[in-house]
Amino acid sequence: MADVTFTVDGKKLTAPAGTLLIDACRAAGIEIPAFCYYPGLSLQAACRMCVVRVEKMPKLQTACTTAVTEGMVVSTETDETKQARKATIELLLGNHPLDCPVCDAGGECELQDMTFKYGAHESKYVETKQHREEQKWSPVVYFDRPRCILCYRCVRVCGEGMDVWALGVENRGVTSVIAPNEKDHLDCEECGMCIDICPVGALTSGTYRYKTRPWEMNHVGTVCTHCGDGCKTTLGVRPTDDGVEIIRGDNRDKSGINGDFLCIKGRYAFDFANHKDRLTKPLIRQADGKLAPVSWEQALDFAAKKLGEIRDSRGGNAIGVIGSNRTTNEETYLLQKFARTILRTNNVDHHRTADYAAFAAALKGHAGREASLRDFLSARAILLLGNDPTNQHPALAWQVRTNVRHNRARIYVANHAEVKLRRQAKAAVDLPADAYASFVEYLAGKDGGFEANDTSAAFRDAIRQEESLLVAFGSEFRGRDILVLVDFGLSLPNTKFACLGDYANSRGAADMGLLPDLLPGYVPVTAAAHFAEEYGSALPTQPGLDLVQMLDAAGRGDLSALYVVGSNPATRYGIDPSALKNTFLIVQDMFLTETAALADVVFPAANLYEKTGTVTNTYGDLQLVKKAADKSGVRTDFEIIVRLADKLGADPKQLVPFGKGVRADFGQTRGAQSGEADRHAVWLAANHLEPKLSPFDPFAILDEIQRLVPAYDVPRLNLLTGNDEHLKSELVQIDASADRRDLVLPSNDLLYTSGTLGRYSAKLTEVVESHTILMKPAEAAAD
Amino acid sequence: MATETTTIFSPELAARFDKLVTQYPVRRSALIPMLLYAQDEVGYLSPAVIAEVAVRVGIKESDVLSVLSYYSLLRTKPAGKFNVQVCTNICCMLRGGNELFEHCKKRLGVGNKGVTPDGVFSLEEVECIGACSWAPAVQINYDFHENLTPESMDSLLEDYRAKAGK
Ligand code: SF4
Ligand code: SF4
Ligand code: SF4
Ligand code: FES
Ligand code: FES
Repeated sequence: MADVTFTVDGKKLTAPAGTLLIDACRAAGIEIPAFCYYPGLSLQAACRMCVVRVEKMPKLQTACTTAVTEGMVVSTETDETKQARKATIELLLGNHPLDCPVCDAGGECELQDMTFKYGAHESKYVETKQHREEQKWSPVVYFDRPRCILCYRCVRVCGEGMDVWALGVENRGVTSVIAPNEKDHLDCEECGMCIDICPVGALTSGTYRYKTRPWEMNHVGTVCTHCGDGCKTTLGVRPTDDGVEIIRGDNRDKSGINGDFLCIKGRYAFDFANHKDRLTKPLIRQADGKLAPVSWEQALDFAAKKLGEIRDSRGGNAIGVIGSNRTTNEETYLLQKFARTILRTNNVDHHRTADYAAFAAALKGHAGREASLRDFLSARAILLLGNDPTNQHPALAWQVRTNVRHNRARIYVANHAEVKLRRQAKAAVDLPADAYASFVEYLAGKDGGFEANDTSAAFRDAIRQEESLLVAFGSEFRGRDILVLVDFGLSLPNTKFACLGDYANSRGAADMGLLPDLLPGYVPVTAAAHFAEEYGSALPTQPGLDLVQMLDAAGRGDLSALYVVGSNPATRYGIDPSALKNTFLIVQDMFLTETAALADVVFPAANLYEKTGTVTNTYGDLQLVKKAADKSGVRTDFEIIVRLADKLGADPKQLVPFGKGVRADFGQTRGAQSGEADRHAVWLAANHLEPKLSPFDPFAILDEIQRLVPAYDVPRLNLLTGNDEHLKSELVQIDASADRRDLVLPSNDLLYTSGTLGRYSAKLTEVVESHTILMKPAEAAAD
Repeated sequence: MATETTTIFSPELAARFDKLVTQYPVRRSALIPMLLYAQDEVGYLSPAVIAEVAVRVGIKESDVLSVLSYYSLLRTKPAGKFNVQVCTNICCMLRGGNELFEHCKKRLGVGNKGVTPDGVFSLEEVECIGACSWAPAVQINYDFHENLTPESMDSLLEDYRAKAGK
């Protein structure tokens, strides 16, 4: 719309006609207080905090509902508005318990801030306050009614934002109250969005309530360790006797790719770190067949000695390595480098949840065709093939819903299941579970394979008329089907794609070469090119065994050693424990998983919240993870790999080139100021240098990744400041014609589960159980 | 929906509802009229009424509850045959509304929201009913009675009791 010019507090401002006054002011740095207004949600105009004086208008106007017009003259802070706001706060405080000293929101409460600003600390009311007991609405949501100021933010975010509609308002006037959908409890998605958005402490979290005060925590912005969406989450941490514990997860600065959103896992499922079964000492299997704690030195020596012996006597091919979907890119990269250069084997794999290699092959050479998670917020049209984002990619589902609400994006859903996003769909087609591939051929114009009807015909026509399209597809698509889909997409005017995989760094695991036939960046092991030079040792050139083949080989007695990092194949692939009895098994994990229980050596590992590095979400958005928590006794996977390499007699500097790239300086350049560690760090940061003084520094490996994997060569500074960078996915060196097994095994995780990790999260377990209770009556009724 | 077999309403009302939901651009706009008609027929908004109305307008029962709890005109408990609503908001209060309400309590022998044992009357204290110019005012079912005094209230109640007999 055309721009209009208007005056606020004497400043001339310009904004498109129709912009809300409150937004226009905020954009110009003029803060207008607001309780009920929340950007992106529908307007409520319930609180009257945002009142301003607009010249020629009879009464004070609410800035949250007034659109700017040409020539408008506004004053935002006058005695009159101050008085009005003060009166509003006085009314709000009329029945407010003022229990700020124990309230979770104390210190970060908008009502406190406003009372402080407008000084409504005296009450003229003599009526007794109405007290109501706190209510537990679900394992994660608690409601403290007297604190509620009835801004309706929670109602709107749950309804409009989440499309759950679990919260409502009952009664009216002074008796109005926020009510859950099941009378005294909630039946909902447990996302906690309502808690985060509550300006006061009326809605509180089952995880965090009454634990601490906000100012007693440090806050670290990092990336969620659960699904493949890679939401930014802020962890509130506090020192304990044995490290640093996480006590809160929330979405503090809203600067991440997830915007306002976090699902239950990003917000609450960090508690696995404090699970009582967490391993903190290395274990070695003793003569009596039992695992017993030993020192790190002993465990590393023992593991390295055995690995070395097996490598030297039977060759690298007798050793297998299984990596993780949740370690950082640097760790993943390091693991395959360790396997290939030190163990001299290509038997490297991981639990694959999407066929990223086929996707890379299909996109090769097509620049700008991979969709970032951000793109789903603004795309005009989205085609969703398979998958159930509400359960498997909650942040994606949020982006899609928001896009529909804000921009009326057109959503097309083709699925074999009743996925919830169909509610937002402009058109939907029911597919038989095995008809995805033929449906794509049908979309591309090849009739015959797919049983068409009027609905599918209209669907096809609508899609082909879109001027631009985002296509997101689930693990229903693998191998050649992906190629066909991408080819079809490329035949349309302007299409981007997203391949949906399951875990926090599933994408990174594939990109970083945890595959038997592909090096980082999908370079074939048969033509290792610059890797051979860079790694400085002869690389095995034959493709190795994939995960299933490794397990088969172990069963036959052909695999003498298996090194498993952050993975639980025993459960995932239902391995018979006896199959591994002749294999020397090293497992690196947080818990004694089913796989670790079979191991000869177990190393207690740190989790993603306890380390620094980068991860790649399933859309190819690269982000920095920052160390938030700590647990004494455990070590990062990075450190364990380096130490193992060292014990195997390798040169750590060869593995982690911490002397290459930008060199740190030891203070020489600063003369008299040298020797002060903190100043040194400040100086380095100011000069965009990083101290790479240790072989445990993941940034030394990031340097190498950026040098050797062109897709990852993205600007580093933006990454370091906590922003996402999208990969240049077209720059892969994959051999697209090669025939490969995809071996995709979807995790089938839902909203409240998260593989092995989820089982160790007390909160997720509690929620799963409470929902089973909720579901029971309905089940009983059904039979 | 298959109203013929499942509805709890009379066939006429069910037919009326079937039509009602088609008359608004958004289905849920039919909610309030539907609740009013249902209340007229059933006497109050029982859980069964709420459940069926929710299905008919395609929203959740908790949403129906949110809406109906906003309006003092809608009730979830049975009322007497004649629901006496005495206004005690400012204008009526200044002109004796409170006294009138106290009088009704004594006369009918019930408190606020009470129902007489014979089920003829129920009593309710309400906010402004928009009859301020003729305060104090009372609304009995859909009829307004204005400029009342305890005496005229008594005869009004007698009239209604007489009607109840018929
Ligand atoms: S936790 Fe999420 S789904 Fe549940 S009531 Fe709150 S906003 Fe709604
Ligand atoms: S609970 Fe919080 S977010 Fe919801 S209406 Fe009350 S104050 Fe607002
Ligand atoms: S949507 Fe995925 S990445 Fe985001 S908070 Fe949930 S589990 Fe974590
Ligand atoms: S912010 Fe404008 S009325 Fe609440
Ligand atoms: S105050 Fe009683 S009708 Fe308005």
